[in-house]
Amino acid sequence: MSVTNVVLAGLGGQGVIKASDILADAALRSGLDVKKSELHGMSQRGGSVSSDVRFGTKVLSPMVPAGEADFLVVLAASEVEVARPLLKAGGVLLAPDLIPDADLPNKRSLNVALLGALSHYLDLPVDAMLEAVRAALPERLHAVNAAAFETGRRAAEERLSSS
Amino acid sequence: MDRKLLSGDEAVALAALHAGVALGTGYPGTPSTEILEAFDALGGRAQWAPNEKVALEVGLGAAFANARALVTMKHVGLNVAADPLFTAAYTGVGGALIVVTADDPGMASSQNEQDNRRCAVAAGLPMVEPSDSQEAYDFFFRAVEISERWSLPVLYRMTTRVCHSKSVVIPRSGDPAAAKGGATSSRAPHFEHDINGRVMIPANARPAHRRLRAKLAEIAAWGEKEAWEEVPGRAPLDRWIEGSPALGIVAGGISYMHALEAAPGGSFLKIGLVNPLPIEKARAFAASVDRIVVVEEGDPVIADSLRAAGIAVESKAEMYRFGELDVARVRRILAGDTTPEPAPPRGKPPELCPACPYHTVYATLQKHDCIVAGDIGCYTLGVLPPYRAMDTCVAMGASIGVGLGLRHVLPNEEARRVVSIIGDSTFVHSGISGLVEMAYNPPPTGHVVIVLDNGTTAMTGQQEHPGTGRRLDHGPTNQLSIEAIAIAIGIGSVTVIDAYAEPEEFERLLLERLAAPELSVIVARRPCILAAADIRRWENQAADIRARAAEQAAVCEPGEEER
Repeated sequence: MSVTNVVLAGLGGQGVIKASDILADAALRSGLDVKKSELHGMSQRGGSVSSDVRFGTKVLSPMVPAGEADFLVVLAASEVEVARPLLKAGGVLLAPDLIPDADLPNKRSLNVALLGALSHYLDLPVDAMLEAVRAALPERLHAVNAAAFETGRRAAEERLSSS
Repeated sequence: MDRKLLSGDEAVALAALHAGVALGTGYPGTPSTEILEAFDALGGRAQWAPNEKVALEVGLGAAFANARALVTMKHVGLNVAADPLFTAAYTGVGGALIVVTADDPGMASSQNEQDNRRCAVAAGLPMVEPSDSQEAYDFFFRAVEISERWSLPVLYRMTTRVCHSKSVVIPRSGDPAAAKGGATSSRAPHFEHDINGRVMIPANARPAHRRLRAKLAEIAAWGEKEAWEEVPGRAPLDRWIEGSPALGIVAGGISYMHALEAAPGGSFLKIGLVNPLPIEKARAFAASVDRIVVVEEGDPVIADSLRAAGIAVESKAEMYRFGELDVARVRRILAGDTTPEPAPPRGKPPELCPACPYHTVYATLQKHDCIVAGDIGCYTLGVLPPYRAMDTCVAMGASIGVGLGLRHVLPNEEARRVVSIIGDSTFVHSGISGLVEMAYNPPPTGHVVIVLDNGTTAMTGQQEHPGTGRRLDHGPTNQLSIEAIAIAIGIGSVTVIDAYAEPEEFERLLLERLAAPELSVIVARRPCILAAADIRRWENQAADIRARAAEQAAVCEPGEEER
């Protein structure tokens, strides 16, 4: 299995890092090698945030080379064009417009909803993804995020079947 | 098999725990901050010091007492700690002293991108550098081994990508070093007099310098041989990976990972012991390949050393000295490509939080065209639009000295507009001696220092400091009073105000103090909006702890009332 490259992007406070933690944990739970990288610090103050997750049999550099992301998951519409150069030609972009606001009872679970959408494209077992979601969040948030994950997964299914 | 996904910082904390580190201390600084927080969360004894110099001294004392100690800081923190560090190389230690320097190539959250591999050479200290979280864990034990075998502090160099990237770690719970920890009888903390070795008057320091150089020569010989050996339970610090003889790459740290990905078929000399370098191994490696390239982030430290030893290596073009390396840049280095690089995507820049208590302060400074000597913290973001209300920012605590220098030489009408602005944690770190200077050598126009006291070390993620009255684990301790210190130093006018709640009063006060040829400290106090809820929770917990302690004291002294 070659390395799968995922970049998650958005604004500080949107849960970009949480989402990349969940994805990396899901890859770990699937028995794969995984590396994840982002910058902390000044970027926490409301600026652009992005996080790279790479998994496969053996991962070397923790950073996804620009233009080599297989998947680009963006949580803020304003960040889509900023992050687009990271995506490889023919790569999959998952942007917030995939999930209509009305479909998410809690907008803060957009990060998990987009992970649900991403899960439709990945070789990772869905159970590993869901376990990682639960492990990353307090119990009172499990139900709403499981629903958000499912909403995202269905949205991706619909997009694929209509295209 | 227990596989964990850990950041490099978390891996160091876990290794410190398994190695029996008795005390971890440091000052928060991106990207090193999480080491001590993780060490505390794992049950280790971790504490924040007021600054890196004090942290190093506390760690040195613990290591003089034959304990294993860990001191953490960011790269610029090592400048603050350099004074004791350089002489600790002479005194040596009894236990182990591991000093983490977390460098920030690319300046994700720093004011410079100095390469602290140079500091190892300058101080004459061994330096170890891991490439990922597994090595951050494994190499820590090797660093302890070096520190104890040669009785020397060891510099543990990490970089932003190694500190903050997460990768898989398999802890070695069966490691004999881990099992032994610091708890065996020979390692139990105890004091042995060693006046000649530890009191660095010139008569003692002269032979101490010679001892240091002899130790470094021994470590260099060890680094040519034992550092490479594959021993169960011990990760080799340096590795020779045979590949195609067409291309040989010398690399260490994160650069090794990028290079291995960029040139998968090449031969590699992987450097984990950065100082002293294995020069003879490198010479043999150079002879075994057709082309040899040093791939390193930052300064050409390894390339310069190998060239000085007469090994003709290729080094990167000057343009790659700046910023982080990545796979794409390493490919360019190997191809000798010096064409302009594509600009990185420009995202939304950081900004002061919308509800930051300092908006009113910066609006007032901007309105009155103040000349602002600034300092290090998230309040430095006051330099960005809309305020652009900062004129200098150089180093921790520098706002006060720089403000005074401006006041001393500027014409009066300009001097009277100079303000120094400094955060609470920064003030405790190294602002206090600036205030002493202000009282000692007051400028003719006086001076105004604004301490932005938001009750936390906000920039690095809301760490405690002596001014909060809480320790690293948020438990209660003695609280430093900024205003009491200012008064004790001899500052004539000291005022505490909530500039957010009373913007007009703050403006009036500032104008009054700027007009007066006197020394003023204004403490603008209001909790950081991100930390406020946590601070309330910790204060309630602290109050409970104090109440319980008072109850217990009452129980322990039943006769108290009758006396």
